[in-house]
Amino acid sequence: MKTRSLALLFVLGLVVIAGGLLLPQWMSYLFTIAMGKGLVVLGLVLLMRAGLVSFGQGLYYCVGAYVAGMLTQFVGVTDILVIMLASVAVSVAIAAIIGLLLCRYREIFFAMFSMAFSMILYGLLVRNQFLGSTDGFNVANPSLLGWTPGAEASSDLVLIVAVCLVIVLGAVAWRYLKSLSGYAGEAVRENEIRLEYLGGSVFRVVYVKYIIAAALAAIGGTITALVSGHVDPEMAYWTTSGEFVFIALMGGTAHVAAPIVAAVLFEALRTYAFAVSPYTWQMILGFALLAIILFMPSGLWSLVERFQNKKARKTS
Amino acid sequence: MSALLKTVNLERTFGAVTAATDINVELNTGEVVGVIGSNGAGKTTFINMVTGYIQPSGGDILVRGKSIIGKSPRDVSLAGVGRSFQVPQLFQELTVLENMLIAFGFSVDRKLSFLKPLRSKEKVEKALSVLREYEIEQYAEEVVSTLPQGVRKLLDIAMAMLAEPGLMLLDEPTSGVAIEDKFLLMDTVMAAVRKSDAATMFVEHDMEVVLRYADRVLAFYDGRVLADGPTQTVLSDAKVQELVVGHHLDLSENEASTSKESAHVRT
Repeated sequence: MKTRSLALLFVLGLVVIAGGLLLPQWMSYLFTIAMGKGLVVLGLVLLMRAGLVSFGQGLYYCVGAYVAGMLTQFVGVTDILVIMLASVAVSVAIAAIIGLLLCRYREIFFAMFSMAFSMILYGLLVRNQFLGSTDGFNVANPSLLGWTPGAEASSDLVLIVAVCLVIVLGAVAWRYLKSLSGYAGEAVRENEIRLEYLGGSVFRVVYVKYIIAAALAAIGGTITALVSGHVDPEMAYWTTSGEFVFIALMGGTAHVAAPIVAAVLFEALRTYAFAVSPYTWQMILGFALLAIILFMPSGLWSLVERFQNKKARKTS
Repeated sequence: MSALLKTVNLERTFGAVTAATDINVELNTGEVVGVIGSNGAGKTTFINMVTGYIQPSGGDILVRGKSIIGKSPRDVSLAGVGRSFQVPQLFQELTVLENMLIAFGFSVDRKLSFLKPLRSKEKVEKALSVLREYEIEQYAEEVVSTLPQGVRKLLDIAMAMLAEPGLMLLDEPTSGVAIEDKFLLMDTVMAAVRKSDAATMFVEHDMEVVLRYADRVLAFYDGRVLADGPTQTVLSDAKVQELVVGHHLDLSENEASTSKESAHVRT
C-alpha cells in the first residue's frame, strides 16, 4: 500500500474516532456495535466472494463474545488486546475443526450446515446454567495495557480500539483481496474444475477463507460484548447470522469498506425503524432489503461504482 | 525408460453402458496424437480418465511409470498432465490477464500468497508475453465472458500450458471455432506445444486438422481403440473410414510417403 493511502487511512481513523467520541453516548454505542458487526460481515463477504453464503457466522460472533465475557468475569483478564487474541484463538481453533467438514459443501448445504453448527452452540448455551442460560451474563469493563478507564470511558476505549481494528483489518483485507489467495476466491466461485486443473486446492482456498471469516467474526463479537457489557445465547441464534447476511446484501461485496458502511446504515435504520414503529420495525427493514435487492442488486456500494464509472467516462 | 503415458486394459462403465473398454495406449515425449471417433465412441471418456476427471472402472493409467488411479484432477495436473476442455473452462467474469495471473500463481509459483499483489509488474510482463505467444495479447484487459470462442479456446490452452506439462490433452480444440480460424488456432497452439517438447493428444472431428497436425492417430469406435498408428495409414484404412470417419477420404497425395508405415488395426 502506498504511503499516501496509509496517511489517508490514518487521518480517516482519527476523524472517525474524534467523530465517534463527540457523538452522544447512545450514538457512539451504536456506532461501536456497527464496527463490530461490520467486521463480522467483512468475513462473510470474503466467503461470499468465493460463492459461499454462511448462515452461521453467529457461531463465531458468539464464541468471541463469550470468551471475552468469561475472561473478564471468571478469569479476571480485562486487557482488551489479550481478550481479542484469546477470542480469535478459540474461534480459529473451532473453525479449523468445523471447516474440515463444512468446506467440502457448497451452496444451500454450506449455508444450512453453517447454521446448524451455530444452532448447536445456541442450544448448549441455553441449557448451561453456569453461563446464565437464556439470560447470559455481564461482561466487566475492559482495560488497556494496565490502564483501567471508568465506566463511561471504557466504552470510548472500545470505540477507539474498534475503529483502529476496522481500519487495520480493512486495509489487510483489501490487500488480501488483491493477492492470489483473494482472487482464488473468485476463481472458486466461477470455476472450481479449472482451479483444480491449474494445480490449486479448492478445499484449501475455501478453508483459509472460512478461518479468516471466523477470526473476524470473533473480533466483532468481542467488540460487541465489551461495549454492551453483556453476552447472551441470542448471539448464536440464526436470526443474528441472518442479520449479517442482510448487512452483506445491503452493502454488496465489491469493496472491503462496503460491509462497514452497510453495518452503520443498518444500525441507524434499525434504530429509527424501532423508534418510528416499535411493533413493526422488522417490516420496515424488510422493505428496505426488498428495495435494495430490486434497485441495487449489487448492494449500496454499486452507487459508488456508478459514480466512479461516470467520473471515469467524463475524464476520458 | 518408461513411457510418458501408458494405459493398461483401461475400462469405464456407466451402469450397463460400457463407455470404454480394453484401452491400451502408449505415448512418448514429443509425440502429437490425434484422437478420432464418432460421438459416444469413448474419446472424451478416455481423456477424462487420463486427467482424473473420472475414475476408470478397471485397468491402470501410468504416467512416467507411476499409477495415477484414484488421484484427483489436481494431483494428476501436478504429475505433469495438462488439459484443455471442449467448452473452455475459464474464470468468466475476470479479465484475460487476471485468468493468466491466477494460472501463473497456481501453476508456476505454487504458493498461495496472501498479501503479495497478484498484479505485480514482473508477473504481468510474463503473462503478457505468453498471451503474445498465443496471439491474444490485445484481449488482456477484456472480461472473458465477452470474448469470441476462438480466443477463449486459446486462453484455455495457454493457461493449461503454463505449468509446462509433459503431456497435454486437448479436447476438441477447434470445436465452435469458425472454419477459417481453425488452422490459425491450431498453428498457434502447435507452435507453442512444440516449443515445450510436451507430448500432445488432441481429440478432433475435423480430419483435415488431424491430417495436418497429428503424427499418429488413435481411432475410437464403440468404446475401443479400433486403430492406432501413423496418421496416413490409420486414415486410409477402409474400416476406419467406414466406422469412424463415415466417408471416403482421398489421401492419394500422401500415399507414397506412408505406404511403408503400418497401423495396428483391430477388427
